[in-house]
Amino acid sequence: MTITVEAGKPQVAGGEPAPRSRPGRRSHRVGLPYLLLLPALILELLVHLVPMVIGVLMSLKALTQFSIRDWGAAPWSGLDNYRVSVHFDAPVGQALLRSFLVTVGFTLLSVGRCWLIGTAAAIFMQDAFRGRGLLRALFLVPYALPVYAAAITWVFMFQHDNGLVNHVLHDQLHLTDKPSFWLIGDNSFYALLTVSVWKGWPFAFLIVMAGLQNIPRELYEAAALDGAGVWQQIRRITLPSLAPVNQVLVLVLFLWTFNDFNTPFVLFGRAAPEAADLISVHIYQASFVTWNFGAGSAMSVLLLLFLLAVTGVYLALTTRGRRPSRAR
Amino acid sequence: MRTIRAAATGAVVMSLALAATACGGGSSTDGEGSNDSPKTLTYWASNQGASIEVDKKVLQPELDKFEKKTGIKVKLEVVPWSDLLNRILTATASGQGPDVLNIGNTWSASLQATGALLPWNDVNLAKIGGKGRFVASALGSTGAQGKDPAAVPLYSMAYALYYNKQIFADAGIAQPPATWAELTADGKKIQARGNQVLGAEGANVSENVHHVFVFAKQHDADFFTPDGKPDFTSDGVVTAVQQYVDLMAKDKVIPQGNAEYAQNQSVSDFAKGKTAMLLWQSASANLASQGMSEDRYGVAPVPVQSGAPGAGAQVDSMVAGINLAVFKNTDNLDGATEFVKFMTGDEEQKILNKAYSTIPPVASAQADPAFGTPANAILKDTLAKSAAALPQVADESQFETTVGTAVKALFAEAAAGHPVTTESVRAELAKAQQQMPAK
Amino acid sequence: MRDDSPMAPPGSFLWSRRIFLALLTGFVLVPVYVMVSSSLKPLADVTGRFRWLPSGLTIRPYIDIWSTVPLARYFVNSLIVAGAATVCSVVIAVFSAYAVRRYDFRGKRTFTVTVLSTQMFPGILFLLPLFLLYVNIGHATGIALFGSRGGLILTYLTFSLPFSIWMLIGYFDSVPRDLDEAALVDGCGPLGALLRIVVPAAVPGIVAVAVYAFMTAWGEVLFASVMTNDTTRTLAVGLQGYSTLNDVYWNQIMAASLVVSVPVVAGFLLLQRYLVAGLTAGAVK
Repeated sequence: MTITVEAGKPQVAGGEPAPRSRPGRRSHRVGLPYLLLLPALILELLVHLVPMVIGVLMSLKALTQFSIRDWGAAPWSGLDNYRVSVHFDAPVGQALLRSFLVTVGFTLLSVGRCWLIGTAAAIFMQDAFRGRGLLRALFLVPYALPVYAAAITWVFMFQHDNGLVNHVLHDQLHLTDKPSFWLIGDNSFYALLTVSVWKGWPFAFLIVMAGLQNIPRELYEAAALDGAGVWQQIRRITLPSLAPVNQVLVLVLFLWTFNDFNTPFVLFGRAAPEAADLISVHIYQASFVTWNFGAGSAMSVLLLLFLLAVTGVYLALTTRGRRPSRAR
Repeated sequence: MRTIRAAATGAVVMSLALAATACGGGSSTDGEGSNDSPKTLTYWASNQGASIEVDKKVLQPELDKFEKKTGIKVKLEVVPWSDLLNRILTATASGQGPDVLNIGNTWSASLQATGALLPWNDVNLAKIGGKGRFVASALGSTGAQGKDPAAVPLYSMAYALYYNKQIFADAGIAQPPATWAELTADGKKIQARGNQVLGAEGANVSENVHHVFVFAKQHDADFFTPDGKPDFTSDGVVTAVQQYVDLMAKDKVIPQGNAEYAQNQSVSDFAKGKTAMLLWQSASANLASQGMSEDRYGVAPVPVQSGAPGAGAQVDSMVAGINLAVFKNTDNLDGATEFVKFMTGDEEQKILNKAYSTIPPVASAQADPAFGTPANAILKDTLAKSAAALPQVADESQFETTVGTAVKALFAEAAAGHPVTTESVRAELAKAQQQMPAK
Repeated sequence: MRDDSPMAPPGSFLWSRRIFLALLTGFVLVPVYVMVSSSLKPLADVTGRFRWLPSGLTIRPYIDIWSTVPLARYFVNSLIVAGAATVCSVVIAVFSAYAVRRYDFRGKRTFTVTVLSTQMFPGILFLLPLFLLYVNIGHATGIALFGSRGGLILTYLTFSLPFSIWMLIGYFDSVPRDLDEAALVDGCGPLGALLRIVVPAAVPGIVAVAVYAFMTAWGEVLFASVMTNDTTRTLAVGLQGYSTLNDVYWNQIMAASLVVSVPVVAGFLLLQRYLVAGLTAGAVK
């Protein structure tokens, strides 16, 4: 998220923020901004930063059920936890790597679909038509539902014997020879993907809808005068104009999807099937189910480093790619 | 740039200082028990009844009795199973927990290893009437061997075979199966009349472990070596796991749909008359709450390979149950001990075990006629003669997770119609074993 | 909006729109329908083979949910926690965003970068540390953060803070600077200018942030499951009580899920206009 601010506003990202307030004010009100920031600062330190430092410290310890009672006294183990986590020839590392790859694949597919559906829906609903308001309200419902309520409903629908999905696919449409399993085995990946897209696309819809309102109407009018049809207008004006919005949107969706814990946890419980073993659940399992908190912390730190790297590279690439078009 | 660096340094220093406080603070919570607040106790009960509210209705009158007797007010919280282990762990890590709590008896050794629970040495045990009050099998599941128990037994349960009398009569089966071969053969007759044969919770990690543990016993195999090392890939264990999964994969007595069951759906299926048989621990209260009256089902011992249930390879159940533990750092050590004595006393044992259709692990309470019904007689018999305790090792909870997950994956394979072979079973188990903590 | 687009869309566009929106409506609606219809079905209908139409309608699930688990208490807890977290989060975010937008000061970039980067932290990384920290603060100061609503409020408001600050920074940009500078000249202090001029002008952005903060707090499961006890348990965790029963009462689960969802969904839909306006001027500008 961090850099998204700058990215959303390239004029800031370029360098130091433009000095906009008057120099006079700065001199005698120097304490005020800090005072205003203080509550946020304290809370961020308390709830995010200090725990993160503790988490990093834990990752350097052999913290299991034998030492959890007094974790400060748990033996230091140096980088052992990290070594085990990235030792991809051994089972623990292998499982982590597999879970990581599953998560990457899942995230790419989910974000892609959320973006595609959300953008398409927003563009199609740009013009007024009868029932648009109702439809828009309906489309936002999945996003507004609490994760738990949404995911448990899908569990109900994905049941093998009594679920709606098999009832439709097998009993009514006869698409499969026999009812499929959605909550166990390989299909669980698609079940997870479906729920994730169902819950996530309205966010893309919402953001793109907001982004569309910022596109000046004159652009369309000019294009129409040039004889561009609706499809061409979408391709030549709408989509390019959405680029800055998309940059932020895709990143936010990526981070949320990648870190998603609640959806797989409600869908599959503590022992997620291999095909849907997302990294958060995997780490939860390593920490809380097998009681190896040191290893769990090490995996979390690795995950954080990965996300930082991806975010940095993503912003560097997308921002550079966008500059020339802005200069135009 | 300098400002950024300065601010960052400041933040890091402050974080480290706070973190250091957190570290240091950790040890201050680890004091031994005291009697600083002798008038109150906090008690975490596990969810034994049909719902948490039911549990409160069962337990509260008893706690009131205790308060009347001793003047100690017991604050009750019924913790759902889904949260219980996490709550115990966080309580352990923080030193902020209840005074007295219920634990699944299979967790005893794992929780014992944390050192957070009060050891029931002879002195402590003497305060609640001595070791002799408890049935031997129940005491076998209270912690690692050679160590003082980490908890005392509260409710005992055992697996039994529940069968639907009507379906059996319709299929012309006179007697419940005593061996797995008989069960499979009966299954054919039951299937011929369009009923499902045997219910199972294929996606429930703990249930899976309980069953494969018993199958392993029946093949003279163990998941741990005598010195406590995991040994999941011996021929006996592989055969045992395969035999359990084959009930679905090869013998087709467990319906494929059960591979995704993890929320007691198999009990519902049985109560509704969908399946003919169910392997469950002390299911009577559960079945009654779902509207299945006692005359509609029969109870028999879980099948064995051949012969009759007994010790060794004739084991047909794990020792299931709930133990009562005291947090070592309690502020009311005497009160907690008094409460344990109250809960394991004859009177309370009878009341509570009747309410939950469990068996009292206290010998003198077992004599009550309520526990002499045919169903309870079988459970009692099983516990006394043919039940074995799950491995009492510190890594037990990891064992449940890894092996239970492996069996879940195998069931998923079987349900998808993929073959389950000795090799695939061994491979899953090898993976499970490699995920166990290194020794 | 292109409401009065100079050129009528061609048939290909209209047909694609109809088909796409129809399919999408189906995709969105089916689970919602399942939720609503199942919550009105007798138990037999939801434990047997799926049926589109109930064999009979009953409101029993809606009566039973209140006695199966102490739903009312969880409801109150959730309202208190989510409400307080939202109010605090919004107030703090307004202050921070105002400071960042209207002043230049040392460490400004560090602040924004740090606060916003916490948004990418995996929750699982600081679950246990945060919990230990709360417990130790409790030991050191006597302030009970662990197991109390206060601790949960603190945690949740921090979860929504980065996004809220980020959005409000963008939104405050759209409030002309001249307005609050005029107020300063008129003798209002900086806080007066913030409260009297900037905040009223930024209502849509603030509402959008509030909705987001409320939703975040209302649906959180992981931290609530570890940090609450019987008296402080919130709905998101309490709902799981229905599926740990001996029988899976799907109709009750669906009824409870609906009851729990109504406040957020209704609030969200009522405020969606503000939300879009807030996002338009703030986040996506």
